[in-house]
Amino acid sequence: MKSEYDVLVIGGGPGGAVAAWTAAKKGLSTCLIEKRPAIGAPVRCAEGVGKKLLTEFLDPDPRWISADIKRARIIAPDGTEIQLKEDQAGAEVGYVLDRKIFDRELVWKASEAGADVYVKTRAVKPILEDSIVKGAVVESCGTQQEVRAAVTIAADGVESKFARWCGIDSTVPVDELMSCIQYLVTDIDVDPVCNDFYLGNEVAPQGYLWVFAKGERCANIGIGIPAAKRGPGNRAKDYLDHFMAEHYPDGKIIECIFGGDPVCKPLDCTVTDGLMIVGDAARVVDPITGGGIGNAMVTGRLAAEVAAEAIAKGDTSKAALMPYDEGWRNSKMGQGLERNYKVKEFFIKLSDEKMNDLADSIAHIDFAEFSVRALVMELIKRNPKMLFELRELKDALKH
Amino acid sequence: MLNIRREICGYCGACVSVCPEGALELIDAYLTVDSETCISCGICTKACPLGALEVTDEV
Ligand SMILES: Cc1cc2nc3c(=O)[nH]c(=O)nc-3n(C[C@H](O)[C@H](O)[C@H](O)COP(=O)(O)OP(=O)(O)OC[C@H]3O[C@@H](n4cnc5c(N)ncnc54)[C@H](O)[C@@H]3O)c2cc1C
Ligand code: SF4
Ligand code: SF4
Repeated sequence: MKSEYDVLVIGGGPGGAVAAWTAAKKGLSTCLIEKRPAIGAPVRCAEGVGKKLLTEFLDPDPRWISADIKRARIIAPDGTEIQLKEDQAGAEVGYVLDRKIFDRELVWKASEAGADVYVKTRAVKPILEDSIVKGAVVESCGTQQEVRAAVTIAADGVESKFARWCGIDSTVPVDELMSCIQYLVTDIDVDPVCNDFYLGNEVAPQGYLWVFAKGERCANIGIGIPAAKRGPGNRAKDYLDHFMAEHYPDGKIIECIFGGDPVCKPLDCTVTDGLMIVGDAARVVDPITGGGIGNAMVTGRLAAEVAAEAIAKGDTSKAALMPYDEGWRNSKMGQGLERNYKVKEFFIKLSDEKMNDLADSIAHIDFAEFSVRALVMELIKRNPKMLFELRELKDALKH
Repeated sequence: MLNIRREICGYCGACVSVCPEGALELIDAYLTVDSETCISCGICTKACPLGALEVTDEV
């Protein structure tokens, strides 16, 4: 392992892989380290991703696409269904990936472009000189060494310890961490091109339960609920097991997936001298859906682009890296995060009764366009009695 | 004191992200707690989807 690079990327998820791929394509000497022994495993994801965004990066490949989703259903607490078809749902439905293969493909792209890749190699602390991040001390199979870099990109996912070691508080408020568990279930009757979202206090209090088709007779069935109120008897696993017993008692569970999904606001600032933070580590997950694959890739790419410019100018100070932070925050993605955070705040306060009323009011509509905005506008039109509550939501959408 | 039940833990890192003290660290499939920095606040025990963490009275 070399001891000096232009760019050191910590974490081999989609955020880190795209950052390393972009940096290497720009001609920078790049190193990506991943602490797990294998890229993409264990999976920590329901694997749903929007088509449009994904194809900005890669041409769709059947090797890492498990299902091409044509419809989605939202199931209200009383069973009322809202159906969304692909031509209406726009980019909101998409593919269900096979992330074991997908994540590897992205890392392969990075290495093909020239990046060095090391697995079972963990950043154990930053190299800090006068509070400037100069790389990391990394440990591989018991041996530690320094890897210095002009820019370090922290793509270490939900744990986000690297930013913390560099003095940036990345703690997720406990009521804004979705405590998640998912089973990969086979031999069940599922619509192979449909994603289902179940809502309600009985099924998934203040969160949702998903059934994402993974092809014929196979699905990712999982749940995410805020961690704050969890304890013995009401953990994510208890809810999921209950749902499985009721809906898929004969399904065979061939994989168990656990994880935390941060649905808090993004970090106040995602750069410091010599350091950029991308993906889950920067807390850029969609607060409504918990989706973070696309945003990790977008922030990873932008971080590497800004790093390349900064390195070319010989200045990798916080000020020189700031265009990254400003760039994603002012982008459509950043604005969407801000808006959806407010929408989430509204929906988690809704009682089951109100949720049922809202679902019922729009259950039979064919949406010309499906977007959070269109859905909320329709809700407002059809629920004059809830105008007071919905006004708050409408205000949130103005910005 | 925080007790990690390794036979339950699925090494997902959810707990690591909510610890206000940065006391937890996931080394591949091995979750560790730094007993010097852990203040036994119990926040991490809520985040675990499996219930692998518990704060006990023992020191
Ligand atoms: C149950 C669940 C379901 C989800 N479902 C979806 C979904 O359907 N669609 C969607 O878009 N998103 C979903 N998400 C979110 C999605 O998984 C993440 O947003 C996405 O993986 C973020 O990518 P990333 O590259 O930022 O981080 P990650 O993919 O988490 O990668 C971070 C990597 O960094 C490594 N790492 C950590 N610390 C170090 C270190 N010190 N040294 C070296 N390496 C380190 C980790 O081992 C890890 O491999 C889900 C999350 C969960 C938990
Ligand atoms: S008990 Fe509190 S301080 Fe200790 S590891 Fe858990 S969250 Fe951190
Ligand atoms: S949240 Fe639970 S399963 Fe995940 S690493 Fe922590 S103790 Fe283990």
